Amino acid sequence: MAMLEVKDLHVAFPRGKHDEVEALRGVNLTLEKGERLGVVGESGAGKSMLAFAILNLIAEPGRVSHGTVKFNGENLLDLPERKIRDIRGNRISMIFQDPMVTLNPVLSIGTQMMETLRAHRKISDKEARALCIAKLKEVAIPSAESRLDAYPHELSGGLRQRVVIAIALLTDPEIIIADEPTTALDVTIQAEIMALILKLCRENDVALILITHDLGVVAEVTEKLMIMYAGKCVETGPTRQIIDSPRHPYASGLLKALPQHAGRGTRLYQIPGSMPPITNLPKGCTYHPRCDFATGRCHGGEPDLVNGVACYNPLSDKAEAKT
Amino acid sequence: MSTPIEEKGPIVETKGVEVRFPLPTHFLSREKPVLHALNTVSVSIMPGESFCVVGESGCGKTTLGRAILGLNSPTAGEIFFRGQRIDQMDEAERKPVRRDMQMVFQNPYASLNPRRNVFDTLAEPVRHLMPEMSSAEVRTRVEEVLSATGCDPSWQRRLPHEFSGGQRQRIAIARALVTNPAFVVADEPISALDVSIQAQILNLLTELQKDRGLTYLFITHDLSVVEHFGTRVAVMYLGQVMELAPAETIFDTPKHPYTQLLLDAIPKLEGGSFDKPRQPGELPDPVNLPKGCPFAARCNMVQDRCRQERPQLRGLPNGTEVACHFAE
Repeated sequence: MAMLEVKDLHVAFPRGKHDEVEALRGVNLTLEKGERLGVVGESGAGKSMLAFAILNLIAEPGRVSHGTVKFNGENLLDLPERKIRDIRGNRISMIFQDPMVTLNPVLSIGTQMMETLRAHRKISDKEARALCIAKLKEVAIPSAESRLDAYPHELSGGLRQRVVIAIALLTDPEIIIADEPTTALDVTIQAEIMALILKLCRENDVALILITHDLGVVAEVTEKLMIMYAGKCVETGPTRQIIDSPRHPYASGLLKALPQHAGRGTRLYQIPGSMPPITNLPKGCTYHPRCDFATGRCHGGEPDLVNGVACYNPLSDKAEAKT
Repeated sequence: MSTPIEEKGPIVETKGVEVRFPLPTHFLSREKPVLHALNTVSVSIMPGESFCVVGESGCGKTTLGRAILGLNSPTAGEIFFRGQRIDQMDEAERKPVRRDMQMVFQNPYASLNPRRNVFDTLAEPVRHLMPEMSSAEVRTRVEEVLSATGCDPSWQRRLPHEFSGGQRQRIAIARALVTNPAFVVADEPISALDVSIQAQILNLLTELQKDRGLTYLFITHDLSVVEHFGTRVAVMYLGQVMELAPAETIFDTPKHPYTQLLLDAIPKLEGGSFDKPRQPGELPDPVNLPKGCPFAARCNMVQDRCRQERPQLRGLPNGTEVACHFAE
């Protein structure tokens, strides 16, 4: 049994009085201990929705309309709020995009760290302080002792995100869900932060769900990859395999559109159009209006995820070699 | 389509440009702190070029673009456009120059007035900067630019919220081009867009450059875009140009340790960039500039001289200009 097993997860939001639209339309995933999974997609693909749904954090009026999230065999969606709090922020931690928003600006770093510890552990102030300093050192924050009394605005963006990571690690979680952890940061800081997350996950055997739009970042950090489009997973498999030979036309299009693949000054491959809003999904395969390989069948019904790809005409290695 | 004017010299040139922003003074202190946004920046941009400026946030890349357009006034130095000095012009003198120099901003969700329809957004710069045009001419001009930027002419009566990010950025580009400028500052024009849309906008910028003979000052933090798009690159750090070279040279043989650091930080599809843990490194405080090289605190080949003496840009045999005492 996998450590985390998500089955046929649907998230719906009301539209009008009697109707609903689905932001997540049946997502499956499994995560083993220490495994690193990348979730890639454009804005509106449902990747953050997936992270929130796993922790049963979908805000009203949205709701998980179907599916299960099993963590060590227990369905998180059935747990009472009191019990899920033992898991959320403790055994499954989250790192969000913007550290200026996640940290409370009027509390010192130390207060915020100790608050997390006290919520989940019976621990004396002295021990808590020592543990906080140890974690700050682990994320390579210089002069960790004095930083405990600092406020978020006194730290730079990179250091703030390190503090957020330190808080996520405080309770020795089994899974970290990182939602675009470096999007608000500079490239050099991104490299520092991702290198740190990668090192900590490896050393502590922590599983990672990394949500991002950056294929370069997932290629560097993750072993398994899931590509999302319009609330569904369209391709999943080992990261290396998808990056080297994607089978879904959308995955292949995203990779081909990267500037590093085109020669200097040549025209970039571009996927026409943009992702449809969830309120107005096209019939059949949701990608067919933008797809170069669409056939009559794609207009009819939506393809299921078979052998890791949800496409009637997946690209084989041969077709890729021709283009 | 306007034919590009034959030009020999640079279209835009800055000489020792410096921009400083005064900061609020503490009421008990006599010190007057200033933020050094740009320190003696001298670059010349040739006609038809895609001159890229890269660097981390706070390095002064946007300030440089804005200073050239006259949106920030330099505290020292000179700025020339087609050989004419423009930094000391008053608003009336500047007006004819403004037609030729336009800007595309980073976030199309913020740069378009939400209450103004597409036609009015595009017509305003023409009405203001080219008052000689009749309203019929304005209408033709707007339609011509809309179709050139891949916008549907039927969008004219619609408001920004009806469009997606990529469509909005096309409208913003159309607005920049409607006065038929020769020089466009594009400040991170694709950073706020989704991956599949970025390629569409980059292709559009390339096509427009070919058709209209545009010169771009392209401000970005994304080096892979520079590699694909740029002709020459200036790498900036703490308000100073650290390395200036043709795009291919800078990627094949980066000379400045900071350029090297930036290149190493790009996540690569092949992997391997993040395997080594990195120590935190930050931009120094732009209020109290270090005495020597601004990069000294993060540099792995730093020596005593670097902490004492600020290096100036100097030419290397391969044509790269670099501000480092030891690069060769």
